[in-house]
Amino acid sequence: MVKVDLDKVKEIVEKVKQETLEEGDILINTLHAIQDYYNNFVPPEAAEEVAKLLNIPVSRVYEVLSFYSMFSIKPRGKYVIRVCKSLPCHVTGGREVMEALKNKLGIEIGETTADGMFTLETTSCLGLCGVAPVIMINDQSFGNLTPEKIDEIIERFRGDENA
Amino acid sequence: MAVSTNTILICAGGACISAGEKSVKQVLEEKLREYALDGVVRVVETGCMGACDLGPIVAVFPEGVYYQKVNAENVKKIVEEHILKGRVVEEMLFEGPQGKITEEVHEEHPFFKKQVKIATRNLGIIDPMNIDEYIARDGYFALIKTLTQMSPEEVIETVKKSGLRGRGGAGFPTGLKWELTRKSPADKKFVVCNADEGDPGAFMDRSILEGDPHTVLEAMTIAGYAIGGQKGYVYVRAEYPLAIERLRNAIKQAREYGFLGENILGTDFSFDIEIRIGAGAFVCGEETALMNSIEGKRGQPNVKPPYPAQKGLWGYPTLINNVETFANIPPIIIKGADWFASIGTETSKGTKVFALAGKVKNTGIVEVPMGITLRELIYDIGGGVPNGKKLKAIQTGGPSGGCIPAEYLDTPVDYESLKKLGAIMGSGGMIVMDEDTCMVDVAKFFLQFTVDESCGKCVPCREGTKRMLEILEKITSGEGEEEDIEKLEELGQTIIDSSLCGLGQTAPNPVLSTLKYFKDEYEAHVKEKICPAKVCKSLIRYVIDPDKCVGCTACARVCPVNAISGEVRKIHNIDPEICTRCGSCIEVCRFGAISKVSP
Repeated sequence: MVKVDLDKVKEIVEKVKQETLEEGDILINTLHAIQDYYNNFVPPEAAEEVAKLLNIPVSRVYEVLSFYSMFSIKPRGKYVIRVCKSLPCHVTGGREVMEALKNKLGIEIGETTADGMFTLETTSCLGLCGVAPVIMINDQSFGNLTPEKIDEIIERFRGDENA
Repeated sequence: MAVSTNTILICAGGACISAGEKSVKQVLEEKLREYALDGVVRVVETGCMGACDLGPIVAVFPEGVYYQKVNAENVKKIVEEHILKGRVVEEMLFEGPQGKITEEVHEEHPFFKKQVKIATRNLGIIDPMNIDEYIARDGYFALIKTLTQMSPEEVIETVKKSGLRGRGGAGFPTGLKWELTRKSPADKKFVVCNADEGDPGAFMDRSILEGDPHTVLEAMTIAGYAIGGQKGYVYVRAEYPLAIERLRNAIKQAREYGFLGENILGTDFSFDIEIRIGAGAFVCGEETALMNSIEGKRGQPNVKPPYPAQKGLWGYPTLINNVETFANIPPIIIKGADWFASIGTETSKGTKVFALAGKVKNTGIVEVPMGITLRELIYDIGGGVPNGKKLKAIQTGGPSGGCIPAEYLDTPVDYESLKKLGAIMGSGGMIVMDEDTCMVDVAKFFLQFTVDESCGKCVPCREGTKRMLEILEKITSGEGEEEDIEKLEELGQTIIDSSLCGLGQTAPNPVLSTLKYFKDEYEAHVKEKICPAKVCKSLIRYVIDPDKCVGCTACARVCPVNAISGEVRKIHNIDPEICTRCGSCIEVCRFGAISKVSP
């Protein structure tokens, strides 16, 4: 279980507030910042603290967290792999790339590897259709993929981790 | 000051980065240092050059030579041959559909010649991280002109006269929208840029944000002046981290230069812009859902009217335009409404940026005058269908659009003509499909998308699309009954008539348009249980041709479920009961002995 440092949450909320020009609702930007800090998920304690600090009901925070696909209240891997499931990727070998990822990682969509390294998800169009099929690993994107390249990329991430 | 002899432009659009641009740049700079050329040759990362499939692309100026598919290895040649010895590296030259492009024919090449760049005028030419380069290409000149020489009414009149229509999908006249927002009485007004580009296969907004972020900021500020607004939001998808980064940098620079903030250019007009980031919800591209998301709520749509121009963000009048629409504004202000209106057709003025994707040789983004035919777009610019396959259909407008069959290739591309065919202009995504594509599968694919992305607020969209998907799944798995086709048509029409927002109102289009043009394919699935394109897994079998099989065992070894039997040098056999139709065997067979049959 991740230990949530409430002071840190407060610091993040304050920082987002400062980056905003006028009083508006900054909930989504705040949750993005929290999620980045906690390695791809929003811990429930942090969500409750955000509600308190922004003076809104906790239900409002969960309503938003549950609506948007990029937010998660369950811990995810250090690297979230998002596989584009849009048509341009679909017709250029996206299915094979997805299969290769599942085989390589030994997990299904929505699952996380036992070592906590990778979470596999799908995403709608990443707008990189010119180099389809495409995946995104956290903020980095990879194009012109084939099952062999998947192997290479995953090995590289694992290698970086052990280095 | 260092004098540069050459400038090397590297395309740093999202696609080229995904194809390895960063390592090319690193090696290029190392090589230049090695020859002590780092002071005299400038290396600049620019925005998208358009030909994404040929990336990473490197261009050497002043010669204007474009190199394609550059990698960390062959980039060394550009330095050693071209820069040092002045010899063009022939084998790496940019190759269009009609052959290699050298400096002499560059202007004459169809890929460039048929394009008219207005919204994408700076892409691939300037460094998007440097405001001075934008200014050097007339950047912020339109803002200076509006603030010092034009009244807000004159700005609106110019946009109206230009005939510019919304490039996000619906094609509403932009000037009229501006006028309506100006006329709504309120003490506070907002300008919003819709950068929640989500249509599968559309990536022009991404390219503009990444390659020329200042044009969007300049246009939004002009719009703010015209409608009497004080603040703008750019709503960008979280899936576009590079666009967000470049936009943030651009906002910072524009503030430093006094193009944003209090008393812009010493006038009494003040305006500032902020970024809001989405979080993975397609429906947020719908304007009322987008505004709810900016307010920090679930991105669900509201009933219209009231329109955003009357009651938008926090109840204040709000002008919402899409990225490409905004990108057209500065040139219209500088060159005038008549110039813009002289391009295009009677009802569709100016240009449109299209994203070519799917089974087409040159994928990427192109900007062409409205009224160009699909044939020119797909063949002259796009280079046609690769691998000698036949063109089957073109899908436009993403999950809200429809499929246009190959026989309508000579249709001019404008809002009205596409609509007449049952497709839409949409945001400009164009997915080319060849003979190997099953149209029922495509329709199912788009519907799966809508089912996933439906926000769940209204019943016709939430439940109706799901039922349609179930029927399509039934048909593609060989369980279809004759009345299913009628049911699809009836259900589709009901969803169109009764959904709350644009997402639901257009969701059945991919099904209805394929039913219109490819009914025979649906009927083949239903009546004969055949998938003519041999795509639908339940309706195909893999077979080994005994005349071609040499018994090499490659297929049996690769089969993940051990469905292939046979000994060395003896004919192999696939058991259809075990086979999962994964296709691995076809890929490894070097003798072309395995094929798909239906049924």
